[in-house]
Amino acid sequence: MMRALHRHHGEPILDSRAFDLLCLTMACVLGVHVAHLPWWLAGALALVLATRWWQRRHHGKRAPLLLKLPLLALLAVAVVFHYGTIFGQEPGSALAVGLLVLKLLESETPRDAKVGVSFACFGLMAALLFDQGLVATVVVALGLLPALATLRALEPAQAPASLPHALVPGLALLAAAVPLALLAFALVPRLSSPLWGAANRSEARTGLSDRMSPGNFTELLVDDRPAMRVSFDGPPPARELRYFRAYVMWVYDGRTWEHVQLRRADGRPRPPETLEARVTTGYQVDLEPTDRAVLPALGVPPQAPVDASLSPDREVFSDKPVREPLHYEARAALHYRLQARLPEAARRFALRLPEGFNPRTHALAAQWRARYGGNDQAIIDAALGLFHDGGFRYTLAPAPLGRNAMDDFLFHTHEGFCEHYASSFTVLMRAAGIPARVVTGYQGGYWNRLGNYLLVRQSDAHAWSEVWLQGRGWVRIDPTAAVRPERVSLGAEAAAGDQLGWTQSGWLGALRNRWDVVNHWWAQGVIGFDALRQRGLLTPFGIRDTGTAMLGMLLAIGTALFVAIGVGWALWRRERPEPLRQALRRLEVRLARAGITRRRGEGPQHYLSRAARALPAQRGQLERLMNRYLDLRYARDEPVPELLRDFQRAVREFRPRRVVK
Amino acid sequence: MRDALRRLQQLAERRLPALTRFRRTEPMPIELHRRRIYIVPTGFGIGFTILLLVMLVGSLNYSNNAALLLTCMLGAAGAASMLVAFRALDGLALASVRAGQAIAGEALALTLEFESTRPRSAIRVDLGNACQPFAIDASGRADVTLPLATAQRGWQPLPRLRVWTTWPLGLFRAWSWVHPAQSALVWPRPENSGPPPRLPADEGLRPRLHRGEDLAALRDYRSGDPRKHIAWKASARLGQLLSKDFEQPESRPEWRLDWRELEGMDNEARIARLARWLGEAHAQGRRHSLWLPGQPIEVGSGPGHYARCMSALASLP
Repeated sequence: MMRALHRHHGEPILDSRAFDLLCLTMACVLGVHVAHLPWWLAGALALVLATRWWQRRHHGKRAPLLLKLPLLALLAVAVVFHYGTIFGQEPGSALAVGLLVLKLLESETPRDAKVGVSFACFGLMAALLFDQGLVATVVVALGLLPALATLRALEPAQAPASLPHALVPGLALLAAAVPLALLAFALVPRLSSPLWGAANRSEARTGLSDRMSPGNFTELLVDDRPAMRVSFDGPPPARELRYFRAYVMWVYDGRTWEHVQLRRADGRPRPPETLEARVTTGYQVDLEPTDRAVLPALGVPPQAPVDASLSPDREVFSDKPVREPLHYEARAALHYRLQARLPEAARRFALRLPEGFNPRTHALAAQWRARYGGNDQAIIDAALGLFHDGGFRYTLAPAPLGRNAMDDFLFHTHEGFCEHYASSFTVLMRAAGIPARVVTGYQGGYWNRLGNYLLVRQSDAHAWSEVWLQGRGWVRIDPTAAVRPERVSLGAEAAAGDQLGWTQSGWLGALRNRWDVVNHWWAQGVIGFDALRQRGLLTPFGIRDTGTAMLGMLLAIGTALFVAIGVGWALWRRERPEPLRQALRRLEVRLARAGITRRRGEGPQHYLSRAARALPAQRGQLERLMNRYLDLRYARDEPVPELLRDFQRAVREFRPRRVVK
Repeated sequence: MRDALRRLQQLAERRLPALTRFRRTEPMPIELHRRRIYIVPTGFGIGFTILLLVMLVGSLNYSNNAALLLTCMLGAAGAASMLVAFRALDGLALASVRAGQAIAGEALALTLEFESTRPRSAIRVDLGNACQPFAIDASGRADVTLPLATAQRGWQPLPRLRVWTTWPLGLFRAWSWVHPAQSALVWPRPENSGPPPRLPADEGLRPRLHRGEDLAALRDYRSGDPRKHIAWKASARLGQLLSKDFEQPESRPEWRLDWRELEGMDNEARIARLARWLGEAHAQGRRHSLWLPGQPIEVGSGPGHYARCMSALASLP
């Protein structure tokens, strides 16, 4: 800002086209950032931008300094007021976008415009830190066009072009840059650990939580963003087996189910529950960032994926929270026996219920226990039968529940979704003396045939129960399926019926599911291309581990190759030789072989006359050739095609006979 | 320091002709090609590269592949712009140079005619401190006029010109030296003041009166006017005799400017005086002739004649 005070006046002034493009560039930067800026800041910046554009266009004056400094101070105050700090990704980018827009106020010379465009490129890149999806990336890349066009517009003496036309050469340049960019992208060695603090975001991501209290699923069930994409080594498992376990919840306080790490009496962690499974299925997951460590696992995992560990309940936890899209490979046991022998401590824990809550539920459980004796399976069936035939309704907007939530749900409201059913079922089981726990995770998903992967959205979040039965271990029971079988067989969308937004249902939803394959490819090919994948880049060529030195060498070789291609293009003269000149050239070569070379600066008439004198035997022939050439060259604007062909034939047939001296 | 540098440059041009051959004079047309086009990044290009490196490290640090891809795109586009800069000059030809006329000490207008088989934009020519941008449109030709500073009369070899461009993004500067083997003739500077030319005695006293053809004015009759010059109609209207006065183009004596008459002065003083006389004669429309050693010029007038005389003066040894 202060540079405006002592700018030397020798520099030329930006012309209006360049300034328009500069404003467009800044508008693009503002546009790609608008999603995470507070609305009032975005609006104010847009207003400043539009006003400045209008003011310079119609008055051509500089913005007064008295206006610039207060605006700058106001921006800093606004950012600190909103975010509490100017450090961090969000406040930093808000400040940067604000400064870029204010930079327009003092952009008067080409130099200012160049500085502005450079930082605008940086601002565009910063937008990708918030969303690196395919659409966002393409939009940001298109934002480069006005930036490139601005730089072009700063060059003097060029043919005038309309504003849209001014953007086209930038597009061509970017298109030409794609091969080299892809090469560099694939081969630039990735950092295995960040140089400085990784991205931290204040925004709370929606996703599975390690607590389940009434209502916190509702937000998830209407959120149709992808949670993860899963591809399988073999065919996909049957629909009713597509349960992805995330959290196992033991502790219930009458309102909230909570995931806690159970320890042994001596404080050491318990070993994972024993698992017996004959067949396991391999699968790969591309998980969207969750800011949490939990990795949803299909069925029950026999072992943990790389860089993750198994909890005692066979949940999978990554070593660090998932802040970037994560790719992992895992195996799943779909038919299994989990913890055939239940330790006494665990049994007690799995039966614990808070005192003084839900008396009617307890009474019902006791009644069942009395009726069925020691037959646990019969009690389970009775509970499922109650859900199925007791007038229960599946809805995403259930009536609120009181202090005795389970009593209210089971005996009054009769409406709810997976959370209510899993919770009440588990409470019923515990009250009847059957060890039970709540499990949350994802169920279902959309099988994308084009990409051969299962798309699991946040709205596929689900809660169910596991009960421990003698001889069978922990058995998954999904009480929601008793109420609404479609939830399991068709998916969350079918179960929710018309309670979802219009984008989530009907043909548009189907279209979105199909389109997701592009996002999947993008997520797999671009976003998920990490250091690990890069090291395995050359596996098809027999190199297991591609080191940094190797990558650098490949990058150098590849760049050299592309530069060579580019230089070849640059050196390629596209002018097609004119046929008449070519024919004369051929004649010259023939005559030169006979010892008559055309001298520098010698005209065709002089040269051919000289040749005719030097070759008296062919004098007539050469003179005819000369006359024809002169006629073709000078008598008309364009040589007549037939005459030209005659001349070419005559030249072809002409053979100089060497002069014998 | 600068002298030392120039001496070094001269030594290099003498000793390494292969390296510097494109800096010596050449006959026209001069076509720019890969062996004579040089490219370096501009200051902005270096700054932009630093920015790209910052973006690269940032996107690697946050392991944000979309940002990395964007950075790679921008970098590759920048690299491609280098080739575009090269192509902007490659194949461009300086077809001819037309020198204007100027007296020593004044700027001489130099018109450079460039040719190209394809349109080009934002090319600049440097001559001394002057810089002129130009573009070549579909016609394939462009004339660029630049002022050439002159110091003394005579044949002045054209200086070395720099043809350069930062097209398309201003990241790279491509340039080529062009040194046409051509000279411009600079006319001598006339002296500021001095005596008028000495007229031949017989003609200086009695100016020859030529009767012209064109009617110039009417005047009172003077005895001796030919009778057919009397304007009878006008005389009848006014009641007194009026005569037609015809233009007398050669009423001023013609000047015979002669080198030999300025005996006793040194060469340059003679030339300066003759130049002044020529200038005055031209300004007054006076017919004049010029005798110079070895090249007498007949009596004449008009810009062509003046230019011929001045050029003859300028090219005196």
